[in-house]
Amino acid sequence: MKSAVIVFPGSNREGDVMRALAQAGSQVEKVWHAETQLPSGTDLVVLPGGFSYGDYLRCGAIAGRATVMDAVRAHAARGGLVLGICNGFQILCESGLLPGILMRNANLKFICHRQFLRVERNDTAFTKRYAKGQAIDVCVAHGEGNYTADADTLRRLEGDGLVAFRYSDARGDVTDDANRNGSMNSIAGIYSEKLNVLGMMPHPENLIEDLVGGTDGRGLFESLVSSAGRAA
Amino acid sequence: MKARVTVTLKNGVLDPQGKAIEGALKSLGVEGIDGVRQGKVFDIELGTADKMEAESALKAACEKLLANTVIENYNVSITGGD
Repeated sequence: MKSAVIVFPGSNREGDVMRALAQAGSQVEKVWHAETQLPSGTDLVVLPGGFSYGDYLRCGAIAGRATVMDAVRAHAARGGLVLGICNGFQILCESGLLPGILMRNANLKFICHRQFLRVERNDTAFTKRYAKGQAIDVCVAHGEGNYTADADTLRRLEGDGLVAFRYSDARGDVTDDANRNGSMNSIAGIYSEKLNVLGMMPHPENLIEDLVGGTDGRGLFESLVSSAGRAA
Repeated sequence: MKARVTVTLKNGVLDPQGKAIEGALKSLGVEGIDGVRQGKVFDIELGTADKMEAESALKAACEKLLANTVIENYNVSITGGD
């Protein structure tokens, strides 16, 4: 399994996600945004969190049009795996790889706290190490995570089972209280139509060591490592 | 040639920033304001003197980058020639 972690000016979570990937058993390479190609044999592309281009214009707008994104789009079109976390999710939406957009949090505050997510399905390359309906304990840290899409898009996401994670409480109940950024349908992460692209606001890479309070994030990276090769 | 592009949120898209500004204006005692929606303005200088060419470049700029047409509308106006 080979992962390529794309670094944009202003990315700042690449180190954490590289560590999580390596821990799960992946080879990991850092790729600068101005590259035109991905390293050969790349199974998984990761767009890490951070503040690419200082969130200028709109979060992820400028990174979504970076040179390397053509290679990422081609990789996704071939069925290759793509994971975008936080700013990476914003970049995926801005680049057209995922529908909708992440708006300013409804309460206008930057939120930064531990967060449970309900795993909506466990038959994808990203979630097979979790149980369906399981509440995983990860965290969020963002100012623009309020998932918004038009009614048709939302209906399609729900109808086709493309919602990956929802904000929930510790029991996996999706409540208004758990949805602190105001996302439509409590959406924390979505898949592309072919289930090979995942964008999510929360940070699974933060919770991979008991030392920092939990390891629920590991399952996602372990799922990816066990899926690669078959998918790409 | 100079142009001004304005990008505004589509009707129906929630604008929490606009709402916060509206609330701040109320608390400052500014009377008579029923609603605020926040948008963006871009002042652009173009190398061409051809209006058609300028319009097509500006449309491309809006569609490709300046506006996210999922949630935003844009309006282009050419404000001055050289």
